[in-house]
Amino acid sequence: MSADMSEETTSGQAHDAAGPPESVVDAAAAAAVAPTSAVAAEARDDLSQVEPVVGAPKPDAILVADDVVRRFGGMTAVDVEHLEVQRGAITALIGPNGAGKTTFFNLLTGFDTPESGRWSFEGKSLAGKSGARVAQSGMVRTFQLTKALSRLTVLQNMLLASPKNPGERFWLSWLPFTWQAHEKEATEKAMEILARFKLDAKADDFAGSLSGGQRKLLEMARALMTDPTMIMLDEPMAGVNPALVQSLLGHVQALRDEGMTVLFVEHDMHAVRHISDWVVVMAEGRIVAEGPPATVMQDQAVVDAYLGAHHDTDLGDDSLLDPEILARLEAEEEKR
Amino acid sequence: MDEFLRILTQSLAELIAPTTAAYALAAIGLNLHFGYTGLLNMGQAGFMLLGAYGFGIATIAGAPFFLALLVALVAGLIFALLLGIPTLQLRGDYLAIVTISAAEIIRWIGRSTWLQEWTGGASGLQGRNYKGTFQDLSPLPDGRTVIGPLEYINTGSDSWWTRIFAWGVVALALLFVWLVTRSPWGRVLKGIREDEDAVRALGKNVYSYKLQSLVLGGMLGALGGVLYVLPITIAPDAMGRTMTFFVWTVLLLGGAATVFGPVLGAMIFFGAYMFMRTGMRALSENTGVGDVISTTNVEQIGGMLVGITLMLLVIFRPQGILGNKKELAFNVR
Amino acid sequence: MTTDRPTRAIALRRTVAALAIALAPAVLASPPAQAAPGADAAHTSSAATSTTATRLATDVATDCKPDDSTACVAVVVMNDAGDRIADAEVTITGPGGFDETVTTTADAPASVAVPEVGRYTLTLDPASLPAGEQLPDGASTELQVTAQTGGTGRAAFQVGGEAVAPESPSAEATTTAPGGDEGTDAGTGTTTEGDGVATAPEGDASERAFSWGQVWQQFGSGIRFGLLLALASIGLNLVFGTTGMSNFAHGEQFALGAALGFIAINQMGMSIWVGGLLTIAVCALTGVAQDAAIWRPLRRRGTPVMQLMIVSIGLSITLQYVIQLLIGGGSERILSANPRPLTLLGITLSTTSWISMAVALVCLIGFALFLTRTRLGRATRAVSDNPALASATGIDPDKVVRVVWILATAFAALAGLMWGISFGSFNWQLGVQLLLLMFAAVTLGGLGTAFGALVGSILIGLVVELSNLVIQSDLRYASALVILILVLLIRPQGILGRRERIG
Repeated sequence: MSADMSEETTSGQAHDAAGPPESVVDAAAAAAVAPTSAVAAEARDDLSQVEPVVGAPKPDAILVADDVVRRFGGMTAVDVEHLEVQRGAITALIGPNGAGKTTFFNLLTGFDTPESGRWSFEGKSLAGKSGARVAQSGMVRTFQLTKALSRLTVLQNMLLASPKNPGERFWLSWLPFTWQAHEKEATEKAMEILARFKLDAKADDFAGSLSGGQRKLLEMARALMTDPTMIMLDEPMAGVNPALVQSLLGHVQALRDEGMTVLFVEHDMHAVRHISDWVVVMAEGRIVAEGPPATVMQDQAVVDAYLGAHHDTDLGDDSLLDPEILARLEAEEEKR
Repeated sequence: MDEFLRILTQSLAELIAPTTAAYALAAIGLNLHFGYTGLLNMGQAGFMLLGAYGFGIATIAGAPFFLALLVALVAGLIFALLLGIPTLQLRGDYLAIVTISAAEIIRWIGRSTWLQEWTGGASGLQGRNYKGTFQDLSPLPDGRTVIGPLEYINTGSDSWWTRIFAWGVVALALLFVWLVTRSPWGRVLKGIREDEDAVRALGKNVYSYKLQSLVLGGMLGALGGVLYVLPITIAPDAMGRTMTFFVWTVLLLGGAATVFGPVLGAMIFFGAYMFMRTGMRALSENTGVGDVISTTNVEQIGGMLVGITLMLLVIFRPQGILGNKKELAFNVR
Repeated sequence: MTTDRPTRAIALRRTVAALAIALAPAVLASPPAQAAPGADAAHTSSAATSTTATRLATDVATDCKPDDSTACVAVVVMNDAGDRIADAEVTITGPGGFDETVTTTADAPASVAVPEVGRYTLTLDPASLPAGEQLPDGASTELQVTAQTGGTGRAAFQVGGEAVAPESPSAEATTTAPGGDEGTDAGTGTTTEGDGVATAPEGDASERAFSWGQVWQQFGSGIRFGLLLALASIGLNLVFGTTGMSNFAHGEQFALGAALGFIAINQMGMSIWVGGLLTIAVCALTGVAQDAAIWRPLRRRGTPVMQLMIVSIGLSITLQYVIQLLIGGGSERILSANPRPLTLLGITLSTTSWISMAVALVCLIGFALFLTRTRLGRATRAVSDNPALASATGIDPDKVVRVVWILATAFAALAGLMWGISFGSFNWQLGVQLLLLMFAAVTLGGLGTAFGALVGSILIGLVVELSNLVIQSDLRYASALVILILVLLIRPQGILGRRERIG
């Protein structure tokens, strides 16, 4: 694994002229992998006991979903019978394009409403809660197409995420003394996180001036500002310079090692197998397999549904040729 | 030369005219909606008309000045809630269609015979019926005052007192908007303007913030409506879509999402508009141009130029005069 | 992706909002007004803005000049042709034992100064009326007005024949429609003028005998309104579908059809067919021209649709004044001859109206066939659904959009032309007025759905034409917009739209 990483790092330096700071991040992130938190170690321990079958119960599940169904027109985009996500682990949600991953993700985070279903986060039901309430309860998400707030500075992007800011109440907003203390604390915290993501030099730039990869980092950093218990990343690697992928993966691992739970969506198996503790595979709206990465890759259902035809090819383009997948994609597109 | 001086003086007078202040205030409200929050309110004239009616009807019913002002503000608040509660969760262009429709409904109800007893129907309410309480407040002595080329009576419809009061209100509104938009609250609004889903994903109740913005801007619009009718009459047909579009032009001219943009925009808009019309009228009356362009055509050409200005502005300089090129004013959804 | 709240909360909020809107009239009406002095202050000269209509009573000097210390009461007696009747005697009584009799003249309202502010009663002496011009059956000989210093309380008695109902309730009943905006309400001026008019404004349900025949007649007018509206909204919907832009200048394209038709047919004396075709051709050219000069370059630059929308507002303002330059500020008629009525299925409309409806129907069917049966039509739908995918399959979106602009402006011009012909008079504000109803129709049916727009248009037409059974006729357009808002509240995707279309 470390061999992989250094290989990628050198190639990154060659390809990405604008990216010296980014490749430094790689090294930092790689270093961060070593000290693992107790929660993360325990989670890995726990998961090694779990039988790799669909809907398997987890020893310490932070997120439990049951019978979540979402239809677009006549087509069932998501139909998940049972899923548990282990606390303190990195769980990857993978599947070919159009498998319903992002839709499922939107449902869980309150950005879409299912036809039916219930799910709970840390024992509290989240079904029917708005996106904002879900975020307030400690489950924070990012987006596949990055949503950097372009005409705010990087620092403003970060400060916006700070929870419970008294100055965000209208009746206190015009009395600066009521919120300046909180603002100062938040700024310190923001600069710390930005420094970790090597964005501190850009703090006063408009977020719109960042590169695609930097935006991804900013979005992750912004999510961290909310002190989440669980962080949901929607295709964090999509559209990112290959050189930066390693760095991003390193950051994701670092989150886990700090005790956070990570669920992330990805369609490329190769990118996730290094870092995830558990992999859930979706195809045509259903969960077809789950288990540790190595086990899942040998699962016949996965090979059939997903890897068989497209192994080692770029799924993104080929799958577009399949009319069924195309129709599903369009349905998702419309929803957006 | 005298003629030219007269035209120049008239245009200069427009810079501080009460109408200019009224438009500036309405544009400050619209700036909260559009410039800071990205809401497409196409019915600002409806807020203004409702504010004017609230003030006028309350005064005629015997309310003292500040109570009538409060009635105007409450009218704006209720209107904003009625519009915002159902539509702010829908796509942005729905808000545009609903606000422009609602403003028209207000105007039609105002000019209808249905509530003529209160609204005065199509002809509206006469200024003298509701100006008394305002003019009684004037601390200025009787008589007239000349400042430079400008001369007005101290207290009355088209007076110094009206100007002082109107611009005083605008100054207060500017201070208020400056304070709130540089606060964390204003930052959330700007975040919503950029991408409301992102802000929602950070745990902010986007809907509530949009509603707050709509209410605040609407109340400023209602107050603008009061300023607009203080020197004249409440005529529903003068406060229709054209007024909304003029407010937009004023805002985009000065620069959306800037504090002073609306004021600068209003001054330049009305100064230039007056200069152009009086200038063309003078040309038409005194020179051979009159054979081609009659004086009635002057108004029409003036209107056309406003429309063309708006188009050119949005195409070539959407950030307006004061806006930062990086902070382009359009990215709303 | 805008589900911000739990579903139950949405339902609750909608209920609250619906209640609030239902209560809005009460809120409006609630300001405490012990005295009701507003109404009669209405008609002094400085009140209105750019009133272009000729009002029968305001343009003539009266004997009594209201000023800050004087209040006046004025009265006219009119026959059903709108002419003033001379030598009728009217007795005015009021507070403080005021009692005076005035005699009307043919050239000005008879007026008298009254000593006190308050309500005055005017009594018409039927014996003083000419033999052929008696009060209609059941009409009161008494009227009440409120006089106030600085204003004139006005009253009008209407005599002769069926003073209440217009002679031909069919076409005439709707001629006031396009002119009702911005103080140009010429058609109803005679009956709504002043306070306490003897006859209720035409169309006020409470005052008029209700008959199913009348409802059926209005239903027919509603269908006519709806068909023309549907034809006009096609372009709005098409442009929205293919480019995502809400085109605020579309109303002006509609009015341009009527204005150019007026110039070609009425002023230049062309035959209706030649003039009509020429009008449509010129308007279609404006579509091509504006796509080439404005919209295509902006699309190339990737201008956001909201920015385009505001550009279209600028264009709308510009075109409004261009139209005003072309036809002036007053109301105009394309055909100066009186319309010939034609009764079909118990509905009496002018012959031109029936022809317009038939043409509209043919065009709508033709357009539906175009969309479904021709290559270009299918390409248009493909671009509407997904421009990127369409261009990937070899469709040139620019070409499709150019065709869309031609169709949009041509249909709008045809609709405007036929509107001008079958509804009698129109003015330069026809466009802005109809634009909101077009938006309402398109939104009601569901943005981007072709068949939905037709249903929405017919619905709006019916609401507009039938609303005066329930409310004041001068609120008919407002009623259509209230329906729009209510539908958005309950079914944001429109009646026929799919739920997924809403973001």
